[in-house]
Amino acid sequence: MRTAVILLPGLNRDRDMIAAITKISGKPPVTVWQTETEIPNVDLIVIPGGFSYGDYLRCGAIGARMPVMEALRKKAEAGVRVIGVCNGFQILLETGLLPGALMRNASLKFVCREVKLEVTNAGTPFTASYRQGEIIRCPVAHHDGNYFADGETLARLNGNGQVVFRYAEGSNPNGSIEDIAGIVSEAGNVLGLMPHPENLIETAHGGTDGRGIFENALGLSDLAGAA
Amino acid sequence: MTTARIVVTLKNGVLDPQGKAIEGALGTLNFQGVGKVRQGKVFDVELDTKDRAKAESDLNAMCEKLLANTVIEDYAVEIVEE
Repeated sequence: MRTAVILLPGLNRDRDMIAAITKISGKPPVTVWQTETEIPNVDLIVIPGGFSYGDYLRCGAIGARMPVMEALRKKAEAGVRVIGVCNGFQILLETGLLPGALMRNASLKFVCREVKLEVTNAGTPFTASYRQGEIIRCPVAHHDGNYFADGETLARLNGNGQVVFRYAEGSNPNGSIEDIAGIVSEAGNVLGLMPHPENLIETAHGGTDGRGIFENALGLSDLAGAA
Repeated sequence: MTTARIVVTLKNGVLDPQGKAIEGALGTLNFQGVGKVRQGKVFDVELDTKDRAKAESDLNAMCEKLLANTVIEDYAVEIVEE
């Protein structure tokens, strides 16, 4: 399977992401610079975390207007799987590929620690190997992870099962509405999440809780085909 | 040339932790009677046109496409100089 990682100036989790994808898929991802107008044919496109354009204007706002994002939109509409982590999630929201917005943490503090996530929809292409309601560990590191959407959007997200991860057991680190940590698009092929599953994919990391997300997305887990 | 001022504010009902922190700091400085404080952004934009209608329509498009995130923010466009 082939993968691509989108690169923008100011991202800083790109190397972690490339290392994780290489380890899991057995092949390094193609890297696609922000000014490219086409993304090669791949099975999974990932936007890593960081601070593209220094979070100027709003986190992810400038990056979301770069030429590569139009190519990403076409791929997403064609059904290619897309994952945006942290700043990647912020960018997906700013492009409109996912609904809602991410705002400054309610505490106003940058949070860098491990949280617990509840898998609230195990029926997506990204979560098929997890159990519904399973609690997994995952690190977060962000200043703007406070998810917000209006009541109508929240009702739609809940009704469609688009909320995939919620902060569990009182571990909401940022004030996110309804403890939302990650959502998928209505079609289900675009995932955005604040936590960093790429940092928990091998035992040397202290756990492998995040590995399944990538294995599922790439069809490498036994259960992924069922989703 | 046209000069415009765009003010972007958080919609009512959207939590503004930064505004709250500023509110608290004003209290710390002993300013009495400060109610709610909401933080926003100001953009001063120069446009190479004298056509007011075109300027307004361009500025509104700029707000919709980039300057404001209409999920959480409102914007107001004011032409300050023609």
